[in-house]
Amino acid sequence: MAENTYLIRGAAILGGEAEDLLIRDGVIEARGKDLSADDATVIDAQGLVALPGMVDVHTHLREPGREDAETVETGTRAAALGGFTAVHAMANSNPVADTAGVVEQVHSLGRASGWVDVRPVGAVTVGLAGQQLAELGAMADSRAQVRMFSDDGICVHDPVLMRRALEYVKAFDGVVAQHAQEPRLTAGAQMNEGAVSAVLGLTGWPAVAEESIIARDVLLAQHVGSRLHVCHVSTAGSVEIVRWAKARGINVTAEVTPHHLLLTDELVRSYDPVYKVNPPLRTDADVQALREGLADGTIDVVGTDHAPHPSEHKECEWAQAAMGMTGLETALSVVQETMIETGLMTWADFARVTSFTPAVIGRVVDQGRPLEVGEPANVILVDPAARWTVDPHKMATMGRNSPFKGKELPGSVVATFFKGHPTVLDGQLNTPYRYPAVSSN
Amino acid sequence: MKHLLSTENLSLFDAIRVLDTAEEMSVVGEREVKKLPALRGRTVVNLFFEDSTRTRISFEAAAKRLSADVINFAAKGSSVSKGESLKDTAQTLAAMGADAVVIRHWASGAPHRLAATDWIDAAVINAGDGTHEHPTQALLDAFTMRRHWSQVNGTESTGADLKGMRVAIAGDVLHSRVARSNVWLLKTLGAEVTLVAPPTLLPIGVERWPCKVSYNLDETLEAGTDAMMMLRVQGERMNASFFPSTREYSRRWGFDDARLRALDDLGMKDTIIMHPGPMNRGLEISSAAADSPRSTVLAQVRNGVSVRMAALYLLLSGDSREAAPNVSLSSKETN
Repeated sequence: MAENTYLIRGAAILGGEAEDLLIRDGVIEARGKDLSADDATVIDAQGLVALPGMVDVHTHLREPGREDAETVETGTRAAALGGFTAVHAMANSNPVADTAGVVEQVHSLGRASGWVDVRPVGAVTVGLAGQQLAELGAMADSRAQVRMFSDDGICVHDPVLMRRALEYVKAFDGVVAQHAQEPRLTAGAQMNEGAVSAVLGLTGWPAVAEESIIARDVLLAQHVGSRLHVCHVSTAGSVEIVRWAKARGINVTAEVTPHHLLLTDELVRSYDPVYKVNPPLRTDADVQALREGLADGTIDVVGTDHAPHPSEHKECEWAQAAMGMTGLETALSVVQETMIETGLMTWADFARVTSFTPAVIGRVVDQGRPLEVGEPANVILVDPAARWTVDPHKMATMGRNSPFKGKELPGSVVATFFKGHPTVLDGQLNTPYRYPAVSSN
Repeated sequence: MKHLLSTENLSLFDAIRVLDTAEEMSVVGEREVKKLPALRGRTVVNLFFEDSTRTRISFEAAAKRLSADVINFAAKGSSVSKGESLKDTAQTLAAMGADAVVIRHWASGAPHRLAATDWIDAAVINAGDGTHEHPTQALLDAFTMRRHWSQVNGTESTGADLKGMRVAIAGDVLHSRVARSNVWLLKTLGAEVTLVAPPTLLPIGVERWPCKVSYNLDETLEAGTDAMMMLRVQGERMNASFFPSTREYSRRWGFDDARLRALDDLGMKDTIIMHPGPMNRGLEISSAAADSPRSTVLAQVRNGVSVRMAALYLLLSGDSREAAPNVSLSSKETN
């Protein structure tokens, strides 16, 4: 039996009709009914949905610098288990990924791990300090081939700097991914500003601090004719602004996190910092607007904003706690729960927002491709009928800060094929993909 | 009863029980020997992450009058980098056998964390957390108001609520844990509350609170007020543009001599003036108002000891724990 040949039997392709997929040497060799291949390992996929491997435009893998929180190895294991075949790693490592050297390091760590494609995101400004552009061109030209640039965690709030960044990345088809947060309006902010923050006495993070930056940035993108990506849109007003911008033909894409599709600021009443995240959990009206925006295409993609933290950064007072939640291993289930089980989206839509479009935004070669003959075999098999209870201690990520702990969610990833190799089988980690050795002459 | 974390979910039954118990405790304070043996052998820790001499000595006096052993733990330091974490501190106190922890913390929700986690099993009393709540302050304020209201109405204080009483609370509501705790408790007790503040010092979302909101102190007074509570205002707030200057604040929202006279002119002879202290004389309250016969400032301090004795007694006395296992002074933890 050939080691690199798999016959997937009877999977509903993008939730449609059940067909077989024959994977050989990293490529989808055949698709159809009753395929046969004597040398293939057969995988019975009755009742399972076949989808393109998910592409995450937004994760924090913490390496280099915070290997106590996550490493590229552990983060990409989590990604593979969650159904991803590519993840973008944000630049707020230590040192910051603001030079060709650091992005190449992250890129190399990703290849050495072999669980998914790791696409480093380059910092927009040196040290995320918002003062001076980082060497964006050098990062674009490096082996990491960076196309997405972001100071995520911090807003590029200086309008001139943002304008220049938007203009500059046009030279290499890059995109600036903005963390939209007006800093003066959010000094010391702890949670969404509204009825709940008023009662809890926690400093508010008003929706307008996000919306005003998005409004400014779409106008800047229009003015200079650039491509803008908005990270983790969290408010109903932001959805409206992006909708307006798209109607005007502005080249903007937007992302929503799974947690903003499901959770609200009511959870903060517990003062449990597992619910502390930036941007903060908003209201139910915001959640509904985000779901509608994702369904109608105003919001283009789901990005996890996977943000693992060591337990001591969450086992403390709310104000002391770090912001962020893990998300790689729960993303598929939360999107199924909020978008598919509600009837707002189909599995084909799911493929669009978790794979096709994210790969286009990040310019990720060989990812987010249709499940057709001749295409790279980045494929996942999902059991939509499964139900499971989230236990952060059973996750591959080092972060135990899942806001979904104890929740029962639908859908599980049964298998993940990365470059035709099963990184996940039977819902368990299998083996990583090994890149062919590069000849040294 | 297990904890006293907030007044938001404090039932009328429990609120009245604390106030009635405090009436009994106040008798102890009037005796020559100001001591009861109720909590002998029990250990109460005053865990203060923020300076507050007044609140700490009030709790200390309360615990000592009940014969408890008192440990004062001043855990200052405002970041993880400095000093020990809350978790480690709590576990340390648990290992030392603390029966109750009276916690003052600059971070909203810190007492909830102590109560909700398994770091420590002691009874937790919130002695003021960030800009969230200060339940014993609200209880002592309510105790003070109830005594006054009963006197005005010629009725018995014990067992009574505050139905019909009109209470105005003026000042920096946004940053005030005292205001929050008072709004919830006074609503539970049946009083009508009006908050008076510049719009900048009211939280977004205040319109959903069970009270009226006014920007005009004079109109509020004219409409009739039985208790006028002034909140402390930090002069530094003007640096963050919450108001233009301390003088403008004082003119528009301070209880000055003119407003003190207005009470007489309006015929409101029974209106009391309250302040949780420490006062900024000349800013939110004039000296004449603070020292007038209407002022209950010192009565509030005195009543604070009785109310805190009641809270400690109800949380720590074995009898009440067994007699009423389902009655809780704490807000329900929801997860």
